[in-house]
Amino acid sequence: MNIPYLTLILFLPVAGAIVVALLPKPEQKTIRSVALVFTLLSFFLSIGVFLGFDRSSAAGTMQFEEKLSWLPAIGSAYHLGVDGISLVMMILTTLIGVLTILVSWKVTSRPREYFIWLLVLETSILGVFTSVDLIMFFIFWEVELVPMYFLISIWGTGRKEYSALKYVIYTITGSALMLAGILTLYFSVGTMDMAVIAQTDLSKATTIIPLAGIFVLLLIGFAIKLPVFPLHTWLPDAHTDAPTAVSVVLAGVLLKMGGYGMIRFNVGFFPSVAEDAAPILMALAVVNVLYGAAITLRQTDLKRLIAYSSVSHMGLVLLGVFALTPVSLTGATLQMFNHGVVTGLLFAMVGLVYDKTHNRNLGKLGGLARQMPIVVVVFSIAGLASLGLPGTSGFAAEFLVFVGSFTSTTVTSARVLTLLSAFGIVLTAGYILWMLQRVFYGPPKEEYNRVPDADRVEMLCIFSFVAVIGLIGIYPAILTNVIQVGTRSLTVLVGAP
Amino acid sequence: MNLWLLAPELSLFFTAVVVLLLGLASSRRGIVIGVSLLGVLVSFVFAAFLWSGTPQATFNGMLSVDQFAVFFKFIVLAALVLVILASADYDYKVEQVRAEYFTLILISAVGLMLLSSARELITIYVSLEMSSISLYVLAGFLRDRRSSEAGLKYLLLGSVASATLLYGMSFVYGLTGKTELGQIASAIQSLSLSGLLDNPALLLGLVLVAGGFGFKISSFPFQMWVPDVYEGAPTPITGYLSVASKAAGFAAVMRIFYDAFGAPSWLGQNWGLLFAGLSIATMTVGNIVATAQANIKRMMAYSSIAQAGYIMVGLAAVSMGQSVAPAARSALAFFLASYTLTNMGAFVAIIAFSNKTNSDLIVDYSGMGRRAPLLALGLTLCLVSLLGLPPTAGLIAKVYIFNAAVQQGLLWLVIVAVLNTVVSAYYYLRVVKLMWLGNPVSEEPVPSSAALRTALFLACAGILLLGIVPDLLVRLSETAGHSLL
Repeated sequence: MNIPYLTLILFLPVAGAIVVALLPKPEQKTIRSVALVFTLLSFFLSIGVFLGFDRSSAAGTMQFEEKLSWLPAIGSAYHLGVDGISLVMMILTTLIGVLTILVSWKVTSRPREYFIWLLVLETSILGVFTSVDLIMFFIFWEVELVPMYFLISIWGTGRKEYSALKYVIYTITGSALMLAGILTLYFSVGTMDMAVIAQTDLSKATTIIPLAGIFVLLLIGFAIKLPVFPLHTWLPDAHTDAPTAVSVVLAGVLLKMGGYGMIRFNVGFFPSVAEDAAPILMALAVVNVLYGAAITLRQTDLKRLIAYSSVSHMGLVLLGVFALTPVSLTGATLQMFNHGVVTGLLFAMVGLVYDKTHNRNLGKLGGLARQMPIVVVVFSIAGLASLGLPGTSGFAAEFLVFVGSFTSTTVTSARVLTLLSAFGIVLTAGYILWMLQRVFYGPPKEEYNRVPDADRVEMLCIFSFVAVIGLIGIYPAILTNVIQVGTRSLTVLVGAP
Repeated sequence: MNLWLLAPELSLFFTAVVVLLLGLASSRRGIVIGVSLLGVLVSFVFAAFLWSGTPQATFNGMLSVDQFAVFFKFIVLAALVLVILASADYDYKVEQVRAEYFTLILISAVGLMLLSSARELITIYVSLEMSSISLYVLAGFLRDRRSSEAGLKYLLLGSVASATLLYGMSFVYGLTGKTELGQIASAIQSLSLSGLLDNPALLLGLVLVAGGFGFKISSFPFQMWVPDVYEGAPTPITGYLSVASKAAGFAAVMRIFYDAFGAPSWLGQNWGLLFAGLSIATMTVGNIVATAQANIKRMMAYSSIAQAGYIMVGLAAVSMGQSVAPAARSALAFFLASYTLTNMGAFVAIIAFSNKTNSDLIVDYSGMGRRAPLLALGLTLCLVSLLGLPPTAGLIAKVYIFNAAVQQGLLWLVIVAVLNTVVSAYYYLRVVKLMWLGNPVSEEPVPSSAALRTALFLACAGILLLGIVPDLLVRLSETAGHSLL
């Protein structure tokens, strides 16, 4: 009998949410344990899929496929599957899913609703990465809005309702246009199956509007999510005002939906258009990297600082995707994974610091190294991974992106653009080290004398992040082997050497 | 002539008479509602039998009993069940005349069911009036200032719309000498025109008929009456007006325009563009004005105008070509079914809450999540479905109808429509936000009656079911879309 692994992975979190909803006596401890168990199950299963994934398979095929008839009237089916790229994203999501539960371990305000939304959120993101059907993809893309809206606006801080609505309006604008794009695509190709569309030469198909039009309709939604300058303004607000765990999910996996969409749709379906658009998009990537880093330097709020650093780091993803070489695409995917783990950890650390000191203002923090030895070590590791220190996952990912895009021959100005964005690393080093110095070093402050260090659950959580960072840093091939299975098929289409 | 083909309408009409007579003897709530619901059930069973039959015209071509018509009869009956349940709690305001109230609702439903079958101009007009006149009375039923104003406004504007419709029909009749839709179509073909401007009478007839129905389906620029009437009318009637009368109106528009003016193809494309333009205006006006509303009934009124705009996207798609029209018709039918459940569900929740708090102001919904969690949950689901987010029927309906439009090359229209849904996120989510995040006006819980809870549960279960396994209803709507006589 075939075990529907992907369906199980996808719906275990929601099953957990249902169990939590039905608990007769909802105590915070039981709720969080239930949530942890279900996310762990989902995580272990996804590791199982990872181990069972056929790395030698012919390029471009989906594995662990499941297909059921769902809505034949518009050619849509319940169709799941993973290739190298989506598999890595799926692992990232289930991993972050477990860790967010640990990050939320001490949430006591309306815990039942909180954990339900968190679990629903995980399923919706998993759905985005595992759907092979366009409509399913779109539906999961939209589902994610509801939990995010509530999570930010109920459990957030600051101008939380404003930020939540801003996030929703931005995303819904993008996804509205994406729907138009998906429907156009459907009538041009006659199928909702991504794997089939990827193998169709769209430039020969008769489309309702020019291919570039469909490309743009789809791109806008992903560009908002990634985010690409100048569509990034929702990000600092949403990240800053969200509760810690949600910031971790946002930075950790939600942004990756944008990058994933670009690889799967824009590059995978329209390689020729992607080639034409690449110079513009790579230039935007440079703006992302440099402008994002420059603005990060100016931040005084610890959380906002990390938020802006995401803009800069996701610029590298954009650079790698549209350099359109096998190496750069692999690098971009690895960078997504790396950024998910590293920035997830950074947000978790900011949450820790804030929980203990009740302060996020860089001007008021200082000298915490003495009170919080563990926190400072882990925060430094995360920071160093973020600036791409060799031996951490950050180095492997950024190196691949730079090497890949520097050697790109499809895009004429690739070398200049790559060099420019490599300068971003310098700025990153600047803001990371400066931030570490202002928060942890300098003379210890009186008011933080009795601030406790990380406790056991927190240590478990942050050390898991560190372990992943180290593992990928030392042996990136564990992921790149898989990613390459996915990118190989893409680069065949692009026709790059 | 086969009376069985009219069984759903006849049995419902018979129920209406029984309820009226019962009212003379006893107007106990349980009896009146029980008998009404029983009548709806009987009518439903008859309609279900007709569903499995072959499409046929009856009464010398005046009525067509095809799956398309039966599908809309189902929609009207579903709305009827919900409105009867929703009135159970509300009717203390009309206690003296309870039986009459339910009789009028039933009779208007008979009119709407006939309207969805009618394929002859006079029949269309008569069924339209049959439902409208009952609804005029119902809108003014509370006899307070607001309600009287609503009734009078509805009556006056409705009469103007009827006159417009008749005037338009007279042009069409004068031109073709026929009143049956199919014959009108062949008469128009035999005129062998090359464009609408060749024949001003046809142009005038077409525009006036569209105008007359534009009132019924609350299309721009005939949407002015909607907010006032919706605000003043008894809330269950508002819900009923917003779904059943709109659904049957759309069924009739579909039939008239497709059957009578569907060919030659330039004619279809002409009125298709007319509806596409009206659709853009309707949804934009509805959405933008809705953002500024402080009264929830007025907000829902503008929201229903906007929804009419989305439905007209489907109407425009129907016009664009004979070969793909069935898909567009199916999408239209599915959208209306989903919209009926959703909007009616929202109104049930509004009735349940506003009845106890005696306020229709949106600010008073603040903290509803704490005072009436189940009602708030239901209303949230309905609003999310109206907005078109998963996992609700609303999303599938939108995807389905936009799908049909893109297929017809109306991508520009779809882009305007999807951008409109972004605007609508603002006002739907504002209510959701207030319900769950606002501070309650008072801590006092808001109880609701079993009837209202049943109605809300039915609507919400339907919304979720159609959102998760849409194929159940899509199959039916596909059959309906292909069956049109």
